[in-house]
Amino acid sequence: MTMQEAAVLGRVEESRSAGRPRGPRRNWGVVVYSILILAILLIPIVYTIVFSFNIPARTNSTWRGFSVDNWINIFADPRVVAAFGTSILVGVTATLVAAALGTAIAIALVRFRFRFRTGLTVLLFLPMATPEVVLGSGLGSQLLNLGIDTGLPTIIVAHIMFCISFVVITVRARVASLDPAIEEAGRDLYASPAQVWWRITFPMLLPGIVAAGLLSFALSFDDFIITAFVSGSAETFPKYIYTAAVRAIPAQANVFASIIFLLAIILVVVQQVNAGARRRRYAREG
Amino acid sequence: MAFGSFGGDVVAVEQPRRSSRAALWLLLPGVVYLAATYLAPLVSLVITSLKTPDLVNFDIGRYLYAFDVQNYVHVFTQYGAIIARSFGYSAMATVFALLISYPLAYFIGVTLRKYPLWQALALILVIAPFFMSFLLRTLAWKAIFADEGPVIHFLQSLSILGPNAHLNGTPTMVIFGLTYNYIPFMALPIYTSLERLDLRLLEAGSDLYANPISTFFRVTVPLSLPGVVSGTLLVFIPATGDYINASPQFLGSTQTAMVGNVISDTYFNLLDYPSSAALSIILMVLILIPVSVYLALTKTEDLL
Repeated sequence: MTMQEAAVLGRVEESRSAGRPRGPRRNWGVVVYSILILAILLIPIVYTIVFSFNIPARTNSTWRGFSVDNWINIFADPRVVAAFGTSILVGVTATLVAAALGTAIAIALVRFRFRFRTGLTVLLFLPMATPEVVLGSGLGSQLLNLGIDTGLPTIIVAHIMFCISFVVITVRARVASLDPAIEEAGRDLYASPAQVWWRITFPMLLPGIVAAGLLSFALSFDDFIITAFVSGSAETFPKYIYTAAVRAIPAQANVFASIIFLLAIILVVVQQVNAGARRRRYAREG
Repeated sequence: MAFGSFGGDVVAVEQPRRSSRAALWLLLPGVVYLAATYLAPLVSLVITSLKTPDLVNFDIGRYLYAFDVQNYVHVFTQYGAIIARSFGYSAMATVFALLISYPLAYFIGVTLRKYPLWQALALILVIAPFFMSFLLRTLAWKAIFADEGPVIHFLQSLSILGPNAHLNGTPTMVIFGLTYNYIPFMALPIYTSLERLDLRLLEAGSDLYANPISTFFRVTVPLSLPGVVSGTLLVFIPATGDYINASPQFLGSTQTAMVGNVISDTYFNLLDYPSSAALSIILMVLILIPVSVYLALTKTEDLL
């Protein structure tokens, strides 16, 4: 399970403004304790990455020594590769559809007056407040009752569903910060609605949509519980790990997970550096 | 703001709200989608939970449409203890996560405020677990706490644990796993609240001769309460339905089964869809009680 990483980091840059006088006395207890907790949070991550460098053998549960063999023979286990590919395909498709549906709702929520606003808010909130196992068994029962076979398409359908609300939240903040006067200026200059959307609104919303997309992808890529109920014989990366955990998980699974982890961390750091640069630029220009 | 507390809060611009047919076209696709894939499955669960076994053909996994309330009676008597256990484990994990996360969130949101770079780094470390496969992280703990693993050896060398002690498969381990997995969900909303805390208020507290402890409990804690409430929901809801940590393949054993494990077992292994659906509905209703209390206390505009 993963969450609004991009959004969380986005706000670091925005809101460091509250009064900044001498502040409370530094409590070394809190400092040491927090560093300890952060270290514990990282233990399983470090473990997973370290074991991607284990000397290959039938199982990957005991440490035998350092080797880069698993990284070189990354495609050695066809089932891991196939499951990883499926997860990428599901993640990308679900993200694109959820981003489109969610962005439309976000715009409507900010820009328009309509009845049933409360009902809509509750409808968007509930999927996030429903335990995953209920979402999964619900979709599974529905597909059974309707006689629809489960497989890759039903996984994508399910992932779109649980991503939409998170897209709405992330993009809505961006829409709310968009000055409608800019679009009005476009209309005054005889831009067609399509031109206003593609040349003004969409580019200005893009950072929010990208953040929402990354979040959706991360949610989809790591989902096991809902996927289990709607996947039939199709196998995603988490489902593969769950099945393989009974016997032995090949080190290549650790390699793929480490790659995704490192890519995500690089993205976050780049985003942070950019945000820092933007903050400094704003500070300079006043 | 349960979930929105995570969301970026960018400076909002005054938005004149128009009413127009365009809103309908923007809303329709997404709303229809959620109705078909979220609301309809809930209805489907209710229908399935009332189905009755096909006693004539006696096909395993096939059930007839009916209004069989017996399923609910059956799952309550059969799995009542497990349902109670789920809420117990989840409540304990939520309390531990809160006790662990609050000082951490305070450290990042208040102590590190003067050091933007360190603050950003600490925040990245808190969300880092999100990017590593949840299942692999849980399996990593399983290996670390394995019978031949380092932790057991260490505790045995200190004679804290006996020679045949296990950690995996015990309730302690399941609660540990739940706590670990959900700490970021608690820490982030609390951080968001504390980050907005105006430090001048703490100064005012000390100017008025409050000692740091009473300033903390009478100023800091009340102002961070929205974050605490959001975090509590964000941990409690998914932890109650979680079945990975409690599963025998991961940190649990058959003795630690939670309601999620039973929903999955009755569904996949017993093909007892009505019981599975009845348990899902019960879980959903029991979760909705605290959630609706929360809804009642929050303005709906602030929900997202």
